[in-house]
Amino acid sequence: MKKVNLICIGCPLGCPLTVEMEGDQVLSVTGNTCKNGDKYARKEMTNPTRVITSTVRVTGGKLAMVSVKTASDVPKGKIFDCVKALKSVDIPAPVHMGQVIVADIAGTGVPVIATKNVDAC
Amino acid sequence: MKEYDLVIIGGGPAGLAAAVAARKAGVESILILERDNELGGILNQCIHSGFGLHTFQEELTGPEYAGRFIDQVKQLQIPYKLKTMVLDLAPDKTVTAMNAEDGLFQIHPKAVILAMGCRERPRGALNIPGFRPAGIYTAGTAQRLVNMEGYLPGRNVVILGSGDIGLIMARRMTLEGAKVHVVAELMPYSGGLKRNIVQCLDDFGIPLKLSHTVVDIQGKERVEGVTLARVENGKPVPGTEEHYPCDTLLLSCGLIPENELSRSAGVTINPVTNGPAVNESLETSIPGVFAAGNVLHVHDLVDYVSEEAAAAGVHAARYISQGQSPAGKEIPIRCEGGVRYTVPVSIRPQELETDAVVPLRFRVGNVYQNKRIVVYAGETQIFQRKARVLAPGEMETVNLKASVLQEHGDAPEILVKLEDA
Amino acid sequence: MYDVIIIGAGVSGCAIARELSRKKGKILVVERAEDVCCGTSKANSAIVHAGYDAKHGTLMAKLNVQGSRMMPKLAKELDFHYENNGSLVVMMSEEDRPALMALYENGLKNGVEQLQILERDALRAMEPNISDNAVAALYAPTGAIVCPFGLTFALAENAAKNGVQFQFDSEVTDVQKIDGGWKVVTAKGTLETKAVVNAAGVYADKIHNMVSSETMTITPRRGDYFLLDRATQGFVKNTIFQLPGKYGKGVLVAPTVHGNTIVGPTAIDIEDKDGTATTQAGLDDVRSKSGIAVKNLPLRQTITSFAGLRAHEARHEFFIGEIAPGFVDCAAIESPGLSSAPAIGVMVADIVNGILHLEDNPNFDGTRKGILDPKTLSPEDHAALIRENPAYGNVICRCETITEGEIVDAIHRTPGARSLDGVKRRTRAGMGRCQGGFCSPRVMEILSRELGIPMDQVTKSGGNSKLIVGTNKDSL
Repeated sequence: MKKVNLICIGCPLGCPLTVEMEGDQVLSVTGNTCKNGDKYARKEMTNPTRVITSTVRVTGGKLAMVSVKTASDVPKGKIFDCVKALKSVDIPAPVHMGQVIVADIAGTGVPVIATKNVDAC
Repeated sequence: MKEYDLVIIGGGPAGLAAAVAARKAGVESILILERDNELGGILNQCIHSGFGLHTFQEELTGPEYAGRFIDQVKQLQIPYKLKTMVLDLAPDKTVTAMNAEDGLFQIHPKAVILAMGCRERPRGALNIPGFRPAGIYTAGTAQRLVNMEGYLPGRNVVILGSGDIGLIMARRMTLEGAKVHVVAELMPYSGGLKRNIVQCLDDFGIPLKLSHTVVDIQGKERVEGVTLARVENGKPVPGTEEHYPCDTLLLSCGLIPENELSRSAGVTINPVTNGPAVNESLETSIPGVFAAGNVLHVHDLVDYVSEEAAAAGVHAARYISQGQSPAGKEIPIRCEGGVRYTVPVSIRPQELETDAVVPLRFRVGNVYQNKRIVVYAGETQIFQRKARVLAPGEMETVNLKASVLQEHGDAPEILVKLEDA
Repeated sequence: MYDVIIIGAGVSGCAIARELSRKKGKILVVERAEDVCCGTSKANSAIVHAGYDAKHGTLMAKLNVQGSRMMPKLAKELDFHYENNGSLVVMMSEEDRPALMALYENGLKNGVEQLQILERDALRAMEPNISDNAVAALYAPTGAIVCPFGLTFALAENAAKNGVQFQFDSEVTDVQKIDGGWKVVTAKGTLETKAVVNAAGVYADKIHNMVSSETMTITPRRGDYFLLDRATQGFVKNTIFQLPGKYGKGVLVAPTVHGNTIVGPTAIDIEDKDGTATTQAGLDDVRSKSGIAVKNLPLRQTITSFAGLRAHEARHEFFIGEIAPGFVDCAAIESPGLSSAPAIGVMVADIVNGILHLEDNPNFDGTRKGILDPKTLSPEDHAALIRENPAYGNVICRCETITEGEIVDAIHRTPGARSLDGVKRRTRAGMGRCQGGFCSPRVMEILSRELGIPMDQVTKSGGNSKLIVGTNKDSL
């Protein structure tokens, strides 16, 4: 059995978590204030994921860029694949908040959506 | 120029929440004055997620969080002027402002809400020696360039200051293709949230050097490198210098509330927060002038800005309907034992609705473990809460019940302090 | 072939150019930097010294007093910020009185008007923040402050208006004698001229040594400064010097014409002629000396620190004269060079005219209007201005309330701003308490638009000082 210390990134509290592991199995999580901490620790030890935020170029818009995010979390190891896949994306204005920019980013099955409105100029 | 009952200076998160709350509390005539070309303030460039967990129970990005309030402002048809700079606020609340469309104009509102936010401490104010080449940016300026304009200010980056903007920018620069070599922090602890250290630095293997600062900047035209040194008792330790070749230095070394207008109006400023000294109604020393958000004190979470600003909106509405400030006895709030300041700085218990709650917000001056936050009214303890960890980077809130405060309406002062648990 | 090439577009070079533009001639100013006012002229105390300090009988003393007398009228003609605030040399110990009296006597001999000795009470009444230990002071009512950028740009623009040309990014690498004049080799090509003026500041020795076997050495003498927020306006009214004496040399504390407070300088001899880096030791030195002559100095309100270089030569005397036929030195112009600039311009122009005998320029117009500052207008005129040109209603720099209209004006002047610093020094955009944090990206956009250059070509101060290195994800 080994013990791993984590900081929960679920919310600004940043609870210090202790995870007891046996091989790949999580035995216990302690130090969390809410159930999200338990969930985070188990996921972080087995399949760590992150929500990615980035920017995409807009053509014909009042702003040059629109901010985007992955609609849900993607595997941590795929972060750079995801942002690289956004490099060549150019989206025509108008862009609406929530609009799907890329349907499936870097084979994760997760869409990338706009997080801002950009009007056409 | 048309006259308005309430002018809100600033269309960022504080101004927007104040406007929505004031309208819902019955103020028909409201005008928001915003200097940028869109509403939302600094949130427009904070494209990372982590906003709104408290307010909306979901994790939003900055533009999404701002969008929720902008939508409300538009639904409520609250008028606003963009690209409009307020040049002066007079003691009689006359607002002088300017934009390209209306030119120079004045408004004489019944009440004003100050919601101008804050600015970053620049390199000059930090007295970092060395050359003054291109490539030195505050983290927020870099954030604007990258997130809103799509320009990379540098490729090899050193960041001084581990406030949240610095941490967030370490990740942003990395994800846009730059190499962030190190984040240096003068203090022995980070000024940012722990989760940002994990997901912005640790995720990308970016080292955080606590008790380190920049002691030299090289490069005459563009930054060519910086020298870091370890700091003990506030002084760099000779012999600990480390050179980092880089083309960019980002600074995230503190935020300063923007109170130039407040000062010109004659509003009393709290020297600890650099924001107005306010009472429980978030009213400044000038009756009818209220303040909320980062102009009042620098917040760690925008959710609290919205909450505070909404309260200011409600209080401004009451002031407008009553035509004056209530004149109840004011109990000063003092802080000691690690508590650096409080907002508000005084409370008028008799003015509160009996079921009301007064949020007392404060920050501590150091990292503390296993303490109790204790509040006294005169000699009587009226509140206490255990706090496992307290850090300067995190704002604390204590909610005081109006009924309890009213019981101690004769107390000479209210004292907030940390005691051993 | 040019009639005159002036090497250096600092305050001396620009003053000479403006004086020479009273004559008909083909005159060129060549400058190694990208703009006017990029060397010693941009980073100094911004003081017009009354003239009591320079040793009686020296050229320095003569030109200082003359320059100081010329400044008020020049400020009106050329529309730059100048304020006759007065100066005080404060004595901190009674045993230093002989030194104070010697300074007073020297000033009288130099012809400085209205000098007087103020004793403790009068001093305190005049300056409430003077140190409690101050004993007496030499008061010079003719002492003044000036915007050194404003002065230099005004001289340059007025020279340009009267036909002088400017060529930037043109470091002079050689000067050779040719028949009937000189060949001047620059980074942008070789030029020929009948006469050369060497006004190259800290580089004047290099230029001098290209033509003279009597070599000269100019030592860059670095001065570190603090600049405080405009909120400190009124901390002192006069320029406060500390009398060198028992407590050392001290630093000056002075208001600026824009309402800031300036504190400094150090005096550190260095080798690097571009060595304008501040050092921890230098800043600490200013800090420790700043509180001697005044009390409660709000150094916490520092908005920037910087260093400038004085062109020091061992004799500590201006070196002005024709050292070879048609080659005129204007070298070793250290403090009080800024104060002396108008007089230096006249003196050097006279020397050049003595050589070339140029005809009068019948079209000479000695006036110039500065960049319009809408804040100085009445509300009615201000409103009318914005109606006429809405760019004057669009505030770009929040701290100093500088509008797009002013920035566009600065870019389209001759010589105009081509960089962030060029805009800053002409308009004060970025000069305020946030030091360009908010406005830099927007000024960059305006520069890009008005100059027709891509954003990644916009610089902080010319050369390789690029502000943007690429676009998002371009290296991924």
